[in-house]
Amino acid sequence: MDLMVIADNMPAYLAGFRMTAQLTIVAGLGALVIGLAVAAMRVSPLGSLRVFAATYTELLRNMPLTLIFFFAVLVLPQFGVVLPLGYWTAVGCLTAYTSVFVAEAVRSGINAVGVGQAEAARAIGLTFGQSLTSVILPQAVRSVIPPLINVIIALAKNTSVAAGFAVVELTATGRRLAQQNPADVVLVLAGVALFYLVVTIPAGQLANLLERKVAFAR
Amino acid sequence: MSRATSVLYDAPGPLARRRERIGSVVGGLLVLALVGVGAWYAAGRGVFEADRWAVLWDPPKNQSALDVWRSLLVVGLGATLRAAAVAAPLALLLGLVLAVLRTTRLAPVRVAASVVIELFRGLPVLLMMFFALLAFGWSAFAAVIFGLTVYNMAVIAEIVRAGLAALPKGQSEAAAAIGLSRGQTLRLVLLPQALRTMAPSLVAQLVVLLKDSSLGFIVGYSELLKAIQNNAQYFGNASVVALFTVGAGIYLVVNISLSRLALRLQGRTRRTAAPAVDVTAPGPAPRGATTGH
Repeated sequence: MDLMVIADNMPAYLAGFRMTAQLTIVAGLGALVIGLAVAAMRVSPLGSLRVFAATYTELLRNMPLTLIFFFAVLVLPQFGVVLPLGYWTAVGCLTAYTSVFVAEAVRSGINAVGVGQAEAARAIGLTFGQSLTSVILPQAVRSVIPPLINVIIALAKNTSVAAGFAVVELTATGRRLAQQNPADVVLVLAGVALFYLVVTIPAGQLANLLERKVAFAR
Repeated sequence: MSRATSVLYDAPGPLARRRERIGSVVGGLLVLALVGVGAWYAAGRGVFEADRWAVLWDPPKNQSALDVWRSLLVVGLGATLRAAAVAAPLALLLGLVLAVLRTTRLAPVRVAASVVIELFRGLPVLLMMFFALLAFGWSAFAAVIFGLTVYNMAVIAEIVRAGLAALPKGQSEAAAAIGLSRGQTLRLVLLPQALRTMAPSLVAQLVVLLKDSSLGFIVGYSELLKAIQNNAQYFGNASVVALFTVGAGIYLVVNISLSRLALRLQGRTRRTAAPAVDVTAPGPAPRGATTGH
């Protein structure tokens, strides 16, 4: 046991952490954009778009993330689409997978607004745009934020799957360091765990706090 | 239609309905056109040629279709289900124990249980599998079981906590009033009710567990994905589309069936059990319902 093993390999840890953070942020933003679009389709009055969005959601939600990576790396080339192995493939897969959970969180947030709110807004003569921007969305956004944070936490953890597909992020760094320092495997991997926990635990607490606040506001 | 529609829009009149129909057709055609272009492109690359799919009914290299399907369903899916069948009961049991420990009056025990839950909930399942693999030197199967168990145990502990918290306070007060001990109260009064309302969340978590078992592919456990890859390597890369389609289909069928079961259970609990929480009240979904992915 040698605590120095973590300090000695700090540059590797930080590089891994940076890659994990980068994957989380880029894929998170992508998932937010696509997820919002899918959620908008899901609640739109156009039946065909609703069916499309529901199918997209149902398909991706029931497939493991590993299967999606597998598809991108091993199946897509058969379609003539050869993605550069590594970072961008990982971003694409994580974005697609996470977008579904973003869409579901947004949809349930809109559903959580009582029908009476919209009826009351219409009854006092607000237009569709007014009732959307000043009555429905402010309430929906508040109940969407906590589950959305949980989605991003899950994404941060899911970036580890990229370790299996040629991206050197935290988990892959941990595996490599563990193989290089067979005497200190526990310590090396505990170091990796620490890097994940400094992100996931505070974010989880924040989500809990906000959730409680929203619950009291109602 | 759905409640979402009625929150956002007034009930449409005849004119709006006609517009919606037109928009729907236009949108539908747009989606179909996109899918069509993709399919046309794929057909141009020979993806749909029969000999690429023949691996599913008349495989080359002197193999019978039975061999291929056996390797996918019995060996591949079998290994996936075996991992889930071992990890799920373990996670449920340990999750229950953790949740109960979290409600004891002994502060150190309570704190320890909370720490364990927070720790394992905040770590990637894959990292925990690597931990078992590299630090304990366990086999790939044991590593998969370890990763699946400790993560889902923590999530289930949270689900149970939420289920207990949702019960009306009068239940435990009444139990105390008739002289039940804390253990009896939990075992005879609280848990039976809470487990019922938690059943949908627990089944939904089973889907997450089943999906995560595919991480075995990365740590070297030969599950369904590995079986697909092995077959694709043996029969040539051209067959991978057909094999992948089967694999994805298996996951979809299994997981969608489980999700349906969860929905059915949810409907049942709403009808029969005394509603512990007012499910019609607006508000965020109960915690635990959205924890997994």
